[in-house]
Amino acid sequence: MKKELIELRINGRTHELAIEPNKLLLDVLRQDLGLTGSKRACDDSSCGSCTVQVDGVPMLSCTMLAASCEGQEITTVEGLADHDGLAALQKAYGDFGGAQCGFCTPGFMMTVRWLLANNHDPSEQEIREALSSNLCRCTGYSQMYQAIRAVIEAEQKSTPTEMVGAK
Amino acid sequence: MTDFSVIGKSIAMVDAAGKTTGAGKYTDDLSLPGMLVGKILHSVYPHARIKRIDTSRAKALDGVVAVVTGADAPNPYGILPVGHDETALAVEKVRYVGDHVACVAAISEEIAENAIELIDVEYELLPAYFDPVESMKAETDLIHENRAHNIEKDYHHVFGDLDKGFAEADYIAEGRYLANEVTHAAMEPHSTLANFELDPHTGKLGRLTVWSSTQVPYYLQHKLSLVLEMPMSQIRVIKPLVGGGFGGKSEIIPLEIIAAVAARAARAPVKITYTREEVFWAHRGRPRTIIDLKTGVKNDGRMTAVACKVIQDGGAYCSYGVVTILYSGALLGALYDIPNIRYDGYRVLTNKPACGAMRGHGTVNVRFAFESQMDEIAAKLKLDPAEMRRVNLLKPPTVTVNGLRVLSYGLPECIDQVVTRSGWKERKGKLPKGRGLGVACSHYVSGAANSIIRSDMPHSTVNIKIDRDGSVVIYTGASEIGQGSDTMTAQVVAEVLGCEIARVNVIAADTDLTPIDLGSYSSRVTFMAGNAALRAAADVKKNIVSAAAKRMNCAPEDVIMRNDRVWNGGTTLSDYDFTASDSLGEKEAARGHVDGQILRGSVLQTRKEDGPKDHMSFEEAVVAAIDFHGALTGTGSYAPPAAARGGKHKGGGVGPSPAYSYSAQVAEVSVDEDTGEVTVHKVWAAHDCGRALNPVAVEGQVIGSVWMGLGQALEEEIVWKDGLLMNPGLLEYRSPSSTESPEIECIIVESIDPEGPFGAKEAGEGSLAATIPAISNAIYDAVGVRLRESPFTPERVLAALRAKKGMKRIEMTESVDPTAPEKFREHGGSLWFRGKGPMRHPLDPARQGTNAGSPAGGGD
Repeated sequence: MKKELIELRINGRTHELAIEPNKLLLDVLRQDLGLTGSKRACDDSSCGSCTVQVDGVPMLSCTMLAASCEGQEITTVEGLADHDGLAALQKAYGDFGGAQCGFCTPGFMMTVRWLLANNHDPSEQEIREALSSNLCRCTGYSQMYQAIRAVIEAEQKSTPTEMVGAK
Repeated sequence: MTDFSVIGKSIAMVDAAGKTTGAGKYTDDLSLPGMLVGKILHSVYPHARIKRIDTSRAKALDGVVAVVTGADAPNPYGILPVGHDETALAVEKVRYVGDHVACVAAISEEIAENAIELIDVEYELLPAYFDPVESMKAETDLIHENRAHNIEKDYHHVFGDLDKGFAEADYIAEGRYLANEVTHAAMEPHSTLANFELDPHTGKLGRLTVWSSTQVPYYLQHKLSLVLEMPMSQIRVIKPLVGGGFGGKSEIIPLEIIAAVAARAARAPVKITYTREEVFWAHRGRPRTIIDLKTGVKNDGRMTAVACKVIQDGGAYCSYGVVTILYSGALLGALYDIPNIRYDGYRVLTNKPACGAMRGHGTVNVRFAFESQMDEIAAKLKLDPAEMRRVNLLKPPTVTVNGLRVLSYGLPECIDQVVTRSGWKERKGKLPKGRGLGVACSHYVSGAANSIIRSDMPHSTVNIKIDRDGSVVIYTGASEIGQGSDTMTAQVVAEVLGCEIARVNVIAADTDLTPIDLGSYSSRVTFMAGNAALRAAADVKKNIVSAAAKRMNCAPEDVIMRNDRVWNGGTTLSDYDFTASDSLGEKEAARGHVDGQILRGSVLQTRKEDGPKDHMSFEEAVVAAIDFHGALTGTGSYAPPAAARGGKHKGGGVGPSPAYSYSAQVAEVSVDEDTGEVTVHKVWAAHDCGRALNPVAVEGQVIGSVWMGLGQALEEEIVWKDGLLMNPGLLEYRSPSSTESPEIECIIVESIDPEGPFGAKEAGEGSLAATIPAISNAIYDAVGVRLRESPFTPERVLAALRAKKGMKRIEMTESVDPTAPEKFREHGGSLWFRGKGPMRHPLDPARQGTNAGSPAGGGD
């Protein structure tokens, strides 16, 4: 298939790319841009390891055409860290054991980030439901809840304008 | 000393940030200039002779660089020396749907996929065997010619006097249990990148470097050497981050060798990454197991004898099979005190993907049967199931009747903990109808006392280098696969050296840089690599201490190293206040210039202050040691002691371990009697890990094990239809999602093993086996039906409930019983076969009249 020029806005930067129109967003991120944080694990949008945010909404980049994202703001896990350190959620996942092998973790980061952006005080059930779009084979999810709860509690304790790390 | 400064405290894994930021690199994240993509052609027949392979059309396709077949790498290999029955690509025969036939290396994935379609293979179909019991009757068309009746291996062990044991019994229970097949489904699909360097003198292919998602880099190096006929010294295996293994990467998976064979043919780097469907076909999971179990007990519940017959459906190759079938028998011992044991194990070949090692290797399915039968006996004799387990406890230190040495034994406390926390005594049998509690126990090895390849070499070796900058670099062959092995190693070394863990860098699993370690399997890393790290750190510490003692004018025994400080413990400074302000990172090091070089504070200080001191920083002590001894390195290794290596009987090498972990669990479930759906509300899991070096990681391992057991108990099941896998996807192979995953309360029990590093034992596998019977026993408590086949799907639970009421069974789905191949149903479509589905079995009515020998790539 002949390549075409497109422009993708990823993590706040615009990239001009020559890609086949049928190329998937995940492959463009991983192969063309070297953004290998998003993972391919299932091939058929059942596991969530490839989750990125498109205009703030978690989307599965393994079943999404890159060309369809032109003009939209794409955020990958590489765009999640604070300027000089880990985002609170990233630190909490480390401290509480929310990541073991880490392969599913970038996808969870994008899903949980969306959850916390849209719901400042999610219930246990709401957290579980949000996480059910992503699969993990290591943790049994328990320590992820602890990490997420810690982030929520830390945010609630801090002033609205000031973000603090978990713990 | 029980007052530790580094271990025993929960810390984030040393590689956590790489995982949460996406910066960490797994094999498929790597690429090299000029790298080609490899794609594999798989067999569409379960059992067939390859009459002809024609790759000429594929080779002619623009963009294809190389096509390789079995003839390019015909040397057989296998993880076990007794099981060298695999070839990287099929030679002469294919033995399961999905067997590897040919590989294309091309400049793009799309071209490689198109080229695969152009390979012509002519097969001669052979009768296939899908059920182990049927397979054992085979006289002709054997799966491997040298395995009569398709039996890979059978063992018949008798320990003690079985007749006497059963004669003494007041009650004897007998039953058949069936555990269906499950697979690891690690999130990272297997991936391998292989590259040959050119020899600088001849321009021919020289050294090979392989990056691979493996739990066993050194075994991979060994098998690559065997197949490629290259010396091991010419092969470097590097393990990047691994996205979960659970045993699925604990042996050599065909793509790991195929990538190297293709790179050799293409004279270019080749990367192969399995699709998810290929991962399912590669498999090496836990075999479908038929267990006939007979237990004799006294009226008080004490066991007098156990007879167990196990048939494992091993798939088409040996893989770890001989070890699996031995573990199933050996680990009948070392949990309870059983005076007389008989074990008959059959590992059977069938035309399905090979089964191998999976978390709780060999013990899980037999433990399900055993703990279920204990529950049946307790019900029959009106005993408290928890109490029945207590009367059968071992009295360590002891050696079991089958030769397993048990020193530390935290099982009694594990049982106490879960009984107390779950409110067992108050609530058992008193919950509302449809809700129940069940208890079960399990155990597992902390590494195998005998290595796969018999030799006297250490099982783990660790090197340490400390430089003038105070950095501690650990070189270990142990393979981090997400379980925390790098973190454990760093903690152990930091504890011994009394330094901050931030000083410690771990370089792991690179066969050129790190000393040999057998790998991450059978829960051996903490015990063995941990002990090696402990010894290496003690080795290097000797030199620091002797130099520091000279500097401080004290005896070496008086030198204390702790919290990044070194001081003379003989003075009042022993209660020196080492507050956080002393710790690394928070103190501003003085800087200066010497001979144009920028030097850090410690180096300057040593040049200025040569007089006696009474305390010094870690860096000062290191510099003193280097000035005195020269290079500061240490090494340590570990081999299990002879006393732990087990009995001398045939097969006695499998099962012995220097230490065993213990687990007790209580599960609380409810059962919907209308639908048969089982909901697990909570699992209390107490695990004896010896000593928890990093409690958050131990909890993560225990919870993860219980959760994986929960998956096998409730929903995970590999479904076969005539050798064709019906559910090769993460949606179809259902593992519990976050909404289906109950709260798991982990209780760490520390029995402090006398030989473990700081007393530590296994944590990553042992808990899994108790979960399945705990849930099964809880279902019995809830609704009074005994489920002897896992997983306990709504269909099976409902069938049992209806049978109990004398009602007719509802056939909700057509039978998928592999013993009834006269029934066929449509294949649901397949990504890997591009939706076409493979050719049907010759007995399939839908195939009648078609040409049985037509080329692959066709379909229906």
